[in-house]
Amino acid sequence: MSTVIKTDGLTKRFPRVTALDRLTVEVQPGVVGLVGANGAGKSTLIKILLGLSPATEGTGQVLGLDIATEGPAIRERVGYMPEHDCLPPDVSATEFVVHMARMSGLPAAAARERTADILRHVGLYEERYRPMGGYSTGMKQRVKLAQALVHDPQLVLLDEPTNGLDPVGRDDMLALIRRVHSDFGISVLVTTHLLGELERTCDHLVVIDGGRLLRSSSTASFTEATQLLAVEVTDAEETVRERLSTAGLSVRADGPRLLLVEIAGEDTYDTVRDTVAELGLGLVRLEQRRHRVAEIFADDSAGHIGSQATQATPATEATHAAQADGPDDIHTGGVPDGTAV
Amino acid sequence: MALPSEVQSGVIHDIGYRNYTGPRLGRSYATRSLYTQSLRAAYGLGRSGKSKVLPMLVLAAMGLPAVVVVAVVVITDLKSLPMDFTQYLTSFGLFPEIFLAAQAPVLLSRDLRHHIVPLYFSRPITRGDYVRAKFAAMASALMLLMTLPMAVLYLGSLLAGLPFGTSTVHLLYGLAAAALYALLYAALGLLIAAATPRRGFGVAAIMGMLVISSVIATFVLGLNGGLRHDPVESANWAATLSPATLVDGLVNQVFGLVTAPQVLHAPGPLAAFVFAAEIAVLVAGSYGLLLRRYRNV
Repeated sequence: MSTVIKTDGLTKRFPRVTALDRLTVEVQPGVVGLVGANGAGKSTLIKILLGLSPATEGTGQVLGLDIATEGPAIRERVGYMPEHDCLPPDVSATEFVVHMARMSGLPAAAARERTADILRHVGLYEERYRPMGGYSTGMKQRVKLAQALVHDPQLVLLDEPTNGLDPVGRDDMLALIRRVHSDFGISVLVTTHLLGELERTCDHLVVIDGGRLLRSSSTASFTEATQLLAVEVTDAEETVRERLSTAGLSVRADGPRLLLVEIAGEDTYDTVRDTVAELGLGLVRLEQRRHRVAEIFADDSAGHIGSQATQATPATEATHAAQADGPDDIHTGGVPDGTAV
Repeated sequence: MALPSEVQSGVIHDIGYRNYTGPRLGRSYATRSLYTQSLRAAYGLGRSGKSKVLPMLVLAAMGLPAVVVVAVVVITDLKSLPMDFTQYLTSFGLFPEIFLAAQAPVLLSRDLRHHIVPLYFSRPITRGDYVRAKFAAMASALMLLMTLPMAVLYLGSLLAGLPFGTSTVHLLYGLAAAALYALLYAALGLLIAAATPRRGFGVAAIMGMLVISSVIATFVLGLNGGLRHDPVESANWAATLSPATLVDGLVNQVFGLVTAPQVLHAPGPLAAFVFAAEIAVLVAGSYGLLLRRYRNV
């Protein structure tokens, strides 16, 4: 199976909003991040991919099965971990996961065996026999992942799996998600609004905004090196900037005491070093800039608004402005990556 | 560095992930699994110990009087059961009602409250399968509750040497009545339970519906002279106002169990037809609304 997910002009219109707008995307096996702000259409896309909600226009295939006509067959081969809490508190993890395995068509004996296996793989041991009402958020997320994996799907759709986890729990969950692909051989589509964690976990990123595809490419291409040099000095960055400009370099300021210098050639490094030394300043940092995934929201969405000026409301513009401010977090007012919730 | 769990127990070995190559039994199997799980859940099985208390108490309360009746029949050597099967269901009709009010929300409100419904629909079953499994489970649970005492009565009457034919026929009448109660109660109870994710509201609303409708039915019956020594025949129409009296009235008329004019019954064959039609409309209508309720979950 080469292509895991393929959509062609997928559109979903609700009476008042267009949740997906002619989305055409192809996803290969691996760990794929689906990135977008809240309301960008991630959950709508997952619902359509599961065959639960019909698309207004366009077609799509999951594991080579048509989403419009082969929903039940897709749902047998795909696992889904919802964003929200979905665990009855008065039932044990074992009881719950066995039931969900049977709901996927596994015979009773196989359901019990695979439940024992998968709960061990996600890291739940003795506590699996206790009612889930007493579980921590981290344990609950593990059970939710386990129920999505118990029937050995070919693809899992994980909706915000790191929501509500502390930094350690988040790292554990991300490591587990990598293992789902590398050790279990299951392809993963994972949604999040936190970009930093996706850079580390995913092979490929699909970025959507306002129901439109912004970009779909490998994570490496998002983070490849740029032709920019970040120069951080201890003081007097204005003077440095003038000197460098005089030397024929293109320079712009990027925050306090931080300058971005366009690399004209090997001697650019020398010019910067000499200039700073002549002024008697300290050179804190001199490094080639890498792209960050967050930049796509600052750059591309600005262009998107420009071309769609008539449709853009003040509210969305405000959202985009906020995105540009918070580089690691598209979700306005959310928590930056790596910070405790 | 070994994993902590390996150090502690010394028996857990990571044998790696194994793929599943066995059979996948599909939609109808999944629907049956949901039915079994829901039926068990209605009696608190597979759930915490606390949740078994009420259904088991109701089951005992429904069954124990039958044991007493049988004991009386055997000891005093009666020639017939002091209480017919259908009469037993009417007399202890409060218990199936309590059971319905307490457990219908367990089957539906709990899934809504804890957002388990979308999880089911991400699997092979459809919305229709979900409603079918839950309805069948609720009706079966009620049926089980009412069949238990009737089985005790039947075995007891055979033990006491009562005529086999009569007992069997009347048991069948009782089972038919129980099936009607189960279908009607399940349909109404589940419809109300599906309206709220809060269990408490569901319990109160279902109990309220059953109690208030039955009070109104009795009130209207009395106003029209149905409670006098020589009851007015047409007063029996009041039975259409409440689910319990509706089934009772229909069964008594159709099976010829009207031994005295005071026994509630559908007044005449046409009325029997109307009673039956009302039950059918209520069951089908509630089921249809239930399907609609889940169409957009």
